[in-house]
Amino acid sequence: MSSSAGITRATLAKDLRLEWRSKDAINSMLFFALLVVVIFSFSFDPTAEESRRIAGGLVWVAFLFAAVVALNQTWARELRNQVLDAYRVSPAPANSLFLAKALGNFIFVSVLEALMTPLFIVFYNLRALGPAYQLWIVAVLGTWALVINGTFFAAMSLRTRSREIMLPLLLFPISIPALLAMVEATSSILTGEFSAKFWIVLLVAYDVVFTMASLFLFELVLHAE
Amino acid sequence: MKRAFPILAILTAALLSYGLYGALIKAPTEQTMGDVQRIFYYHVPSAWTAFCLFFVNLAASVVYLVRRHPKADALAVAAAEVGVIFCTIVLVTGPIWARPVWGIWWTWDLRLTLTLVLWLMYVSDLILRRFSSSGQTPVLAAVLAVLGALDVPLVYFSIWFFRTQHPQPVMGAGGSIDPRMLHVFFINLAAFSCFGALVCWSRFHLEVLRRDVEEAQALESLLETGSSR
Repeated sequence: MSSSAGITRATLAKDLRLEWRSKDAINSMLFFALLVVVIFSFSFDPTAEESRRIAGGLVWVAFLFAAVVALNQTWARELRNQVLDAYRVSPAPANSLFLAKALGNFIFVSVLEALMTPLFIVFYNLRALGPAYQLWIVAVLGTWALVINGTFFAAMSLRTRSREIMLPLLLFPISIPALLAMVEATSSILTGEFSAKFWIVLLVAYDVVFTMASLFLFELVLHAE
Repeated sequence: MKRAFPILAILTAALLSYGLYGALIKAPTEQTMGDVQRIFYYHVPSAWTAFCLFFVNLAASVVYLVRRHPKADALAVAAAEVGVIFCTIVLVTGPIWARPVWGIWWTWDLRLTLTLVLWLMYVSDLILRRFSSSGQTPVLAAVLAVLGALDVPLVYFSIWFFRTQHPQPVMGAGGSIDPRMLHVFFINLAAFSCFGALVCWSRFHLEVLRRDVEEAQALESLLETGSSR
């Protein structure tokens, strides 16, 4: 148990087991995303041609909002019974804890996306005109971009008043380039008019920069007192 | 240091009033855009001052993270607040100019979007400072400032991909600009830089005083509870 990979695995397993038994995060995320899909569908009611152009934005905004619901619970559940204080005094490296949380959120949001994407396809009559396999790449990179920052900022907003509101206020401005890249990449793949290569490279750069920065700075945030 | 403050204040007042006179009266009217171009003498210097202050904020945040010197954090607060004000001026004066010249209030152009995103990031930094309870705030705000700085090149490249509509900087590119205009512009640039430094300085001083007072009050109440026992 001393290796940092072991600690990551143990924390991740604990979070997944907790989630499997309670299903708090996934249920609230799913229902929230469903509501967003339905409301968007009402308010736009697009034709197939239009929906291909706007779907990238709708999909990712829905996932972003839903992800915030899960991200808010990431650290909040560690506050009960002072678990987070126990983490702080334990010799376990802060980064392995952070990685476990980020991976856990990645799994939750991926499950959400896997369940919600078929609904989007049904409601908006979507069919990719470009290379569809690239959507997988965009989904993985985009989800990681959301959860790596989200997990980090959730830890930051933990010490603030009204933390549920604080997380999106911190997360959204920083995520603007990632969000733009996801939306533009998805739209260009769906319409097949442009190549999504530039946006995918940008997403990779974003992921690398912020993964490094988060791992580098997380210890400061965890021990900020 | 204390004596430099009134000198800077007088210099700022002189430069600002001369700059205002220059911008409104002395500078010739621009050929195609007309009088609306005069907003340029305030718009660009404000942008310059805002970006300088954001840079000061980043430097102060990094120093704080490394050294944990409380004065570095006070400087970061002052620079962020004053920078947001100047950035707001930029974002307000820009559309006032753009509407008659471009025919639109706003466009998602590189410089406009970058400025807006910077503004959003620094506002979120200020909100974090406001909502966070004392002790750990400086570390969190400094971390956010560093992450925001990392984000800037990514924002830049993501928007660079679109066409740029903002007028390219005209300095040094060609001799088409009237030297009187250039003169007024540099006076205003100096005036706004001094003004920004002045406001940032007094805000920094205020922040340091506020913290001293808080500390003294905490100490006093501690002593009172000690003596009453």
